[in-house]
Amino acid sequence: MNKRGLAAGVENEMQITFPSLSINEGIARAAAAAFTAQFNPTIDELADIKCAVSEAVTNCIVHAYRDRIGVIRINFRICANRVLRIEIKDQGCGIPDVEAARVPLYTTDPQGERSGMGFAVMESFTDRMRVKSAVGKGTTVTLYKKMSGRE
Amino acid sequence: MIKQNSSFVHQSKGDELTVTLLGDIDHHSAVDLRRELDRLLYAERPARLILDLSSVEFMDSSGLGLILGRLNLMQELGGELRLSSPTPRVERILHLAGLERILPITKTTRDGSH
Repeated sequence: MNKRGLAAGVENEMQITFPSLSINEGIARAAAAAFTAQFNPTIDELADIKCAVSEAVTNCIVHAYRDRIGVIRINFRICANRVLRIEIKDQGCGIPDVEAARVPLYTTDPQGERSGMGFAVMESFTDRMRVKSAVGKGTTVTLYKKMSGRE
Repeated sequence: MIKQNSSFVHQSKGDELTVTLLGDIDHHSAVDLRRELDRLLYAERPARLILDLSSVEFMDSSGLGLILGRLNLMQELGGELRLSSPTPRVERILHLAGLERILPITKTTRDGSH
């Protein structure tokens, strides 16, 4: 722990928890934008983060909890060297083949007009994406983005 | 009770229908947009649908799904789809999915306005 009572290397942190209702996609974006505002981000950085978070939350709603309403948790962190870390976690059905799911245009829901670009967008709009998933237990997506040096 | 964060306005000219999408397009808003757009398309059956994206403030990959679904519907109806005036942010998403390879994207609407 550091002197702020946070884990080592963490300068600030916020957690939100909400049910997997589609109306919350916009609210999650707004929360991401509010937390990211601490970096004095560029318009493009802010837009990238909102879009990546929107994709992650949509995946939870559409895929992880496709047959029910479940809980989505997002943890936002400011880490050392102006790195923003966002962890989006569900306890839904899990992804049987994460590597396949990360391939652009891959979708398990073509009838639902899903483009299969969710992970591709997250990956493209951040610096690093980590996906951990276990079938029947849930998925955790962690996004990292190094913010510009504007003060 | 729950505010809808997107909508559209439309204008017909001959057999061409221009639909201007407004606001945020995400998975939440795409459900209603899809239903209302399809109702309009079945009623009007235009030879050409132009989706004007100049007033889209936010779009994620759900917007891609919405566009690709309308492309399929227009093909079923014997018509064509064009995209017009995407903002730089929206253009980035379109490009990521390679949409410029499967349908025409113009920078401005036909009358030159944004």
